[in-house]
Amino acid sequence: MNPLPRVEGRVAVLDRPDVDTDQIIPKQFLKRIERTGYGEFLFFDWMKDPDFELHKYSDASILVAGRNFGCGSSREHAAWALEDYGFKAVLAPSFGDIFRNNAVKSGLAPVAVDTDAILAAVEVENTLTVDLEALEVRHPSGLAVPFELDPYDQETLVGGLDDIARTLQREGEIARYEASHPGRFNATVL
Amino acid sequence: MRTLFDKIWQEHEVGERLLFVDLHLVHEVTSPQAFDGLRLAGRRVRRPDLTVATMDHNVPTTEGPITDPLARAQLDALRRNCDEFGVRLFATGSGREGIVHVIGAELGVTQPGMTIVCGDSHTSTHGAFGALAFGIGTSEVEHVLATQTLPQAKPKSMRILFDGELPFGLTAKDLVLGAIGQIGVAGGVGHVIEYAGPAIEALSMEGRMTVCNMSIEAGARAGLIAPDDTTFAYLDGRPAAPADWEPWRDLRTDDGAVFDREVRIDVGGLKPQVTWGTNPGMVAPIDGVVPDPASYSDADERAAVQRALEYMALTPGTRLADVRVDRVFIGSCTNARLEDLRAAARVVAGRRVADGVQAIVVPGSALVKRQAEAEGLDAVFTDAGFEWRLAGCSMCLGMNPDVLAPGERCASTSNRNFEGRQGAGGRTHLLSPAMAAAAAVTGRFTDVRELVA
Repeated sequence: MNPLPRVEGRVAVLDRPDVDTDQIIPKQFLKRIERTGYGEFLFFDWMKDPDFELHKYSDASILVAGRNFGCGSSREHAAWALEDYGFKAVLAPSFGDIFRNNAVKSGLAPVAVDTDAILAAVEVENTLTVDLEALEVRHPSGLAVPFELDPYDQETLVGGLDDIARTLQREGEIARYEASHPGRFNATVL
Repeated sequence: MRTLFDKIWQEHEVGERLLFVDLHLVHEVTSPQAFDGLRLAGRRVRRPDLTVATMDHNVPTTEGPITDPLARAQLDALRRNCDEFGVRLFATGSGREGIVHVIGAELGVTQPGMTIVCGDSHTSTHGAFGALAFGIGTSEVEHVLATQTLPQAKPKSMRILFDGELPFGLTAKDLVLGAIGQIGVAGGVGHVIEYAGPAIEALSMEGRMTVCNMSIEAGARAGLIAPDDTTFAYLDGRPAAPADWEPWRDLRTDDGAVFDREVRIDVGGLKPQVTWGTNPGMVAPIDGVVPDPASYSDADERAAVQRALEYMALTPGTRLADVRVDRVFIGSCTNARLEDLRAAARVVAGRRVADGVQAIVVPGSALVKRQAEAEGLDAVFTDAGFEWRLAGCSMCLGMNPDVLAPGERCASTSNRNFEGRQGAGGRTHLLSPAMAAAAAVTGRFTDVRELVA
């Protein structure tokens, strides 16, 4: 995963609440066993509508979405599709919990932030900076909106870190826990 | 004073914000990239003894070979991965396969006090046993395979107290749909919900699983219910269940423990619920009508309802009881257990599926199928004109041959009525198994209480 200290670029707006991951990437594309190549299937059914909001934008690297974005299914393919399509950050008032976790692991920054002022600003000039080190969204108009991000997730995104390698460094702690907590069952004898 | 959630969380803290996982359930759709990741990094599965796999999302529910090459490749990949990494697999045809959230309980691997994860959002189902169970993505699946832990910030806590007694003819599905209608599809975001109160204590384990299953539809990280004698009676004799439940008798929220959020819901006046829109919070009682978008004060919500009604081809003011259905699906990890099939069969017995309606029953597991057949439920359904299928996720998510055609309207016991969920252009209405059975025999949404005395 590449380090993502900040995202600067054009914005696409999808201002609808409760956009679920079934819409972001429909089920027929979950049969692939690869991790890449999902961008062309992003919002597959909605893209067929010539009036779909995303058709109005090109080269956007930041998606501004409505509340509870990414609710529903745990499919990480939703984060992969957004990332593969070219988005590096999604801004929304709130996110589905599993989607938010998946986004971080996929190098897509989920930024929970009030979007009212941001939407008004990009209407005038379509560009934003999402600063993941300073935890701030900035617009050339001078608008600066702070946001919160879990410190662990911030490290992961900014550093482009391998989560598993980080945990494996805690082998001693895990082994101690296992030694004092024998498993409840043994699947291999079922 | 601690909540049930606090107790399970603290018991599983390996260290700062690192949680140990007692049971990892795996299926074919969200695991191939995770196993690939292990191979690329030269990592092994740390605890195959705590990992159980099954095939469910992709499998056809009719006899015969799998004709979809992509589905077959994904199932083959799971088989190869489980062989290579030493993971116990309940493959199609093994006699113990089924929907991952049905077989976990059935095998007795789901136990009180555990932490359970799976690459599937309906993992919350297992919370019915007093386990902390939540869905994860594929990167997290890989993380758990490699480390048996997950780095996690602790979610907030929430309790929903259900007062009163569920009226005759109503089920756990009506209770949970009513609750989601009240708190909304984002009402539980960032929270673990504990369900409590007399109406929850009165539920069977099957009913409790239905309630916890739908936690994610309220946006919650997980849902759980304190274990009691009902729980222990269900576990008794299951293949992996231990003999002694004494350690779990005290596994409950302490009196006076504080939740971040509390909600009280009285179920005494609840009516059978049917969804009319494109998320599970868009729900109404069966004697209700399709709402008017103009009645919503929030602009976003108004637009969402407008859009939902266009997709669902419904007009404001239409009585739900006047809406006709083309298809009926009884199945899914929400409602495909033996009790669900019995409830539907009671309505169907002696009746016929209405003309023009195609109805299927898909047991949640191979075991549920055998048990239902031993009771003669399969004959009740097939005599009435239902199709009786093999176990799997089936029409819940349309990843297998069981899908809606564009424009078809389906009464479904599953968990999601999102646009295209059961097939592009398909229109899904969520309801209980008894209500689905009533819709099958009348051809329209019907208050099941009119059919059963």
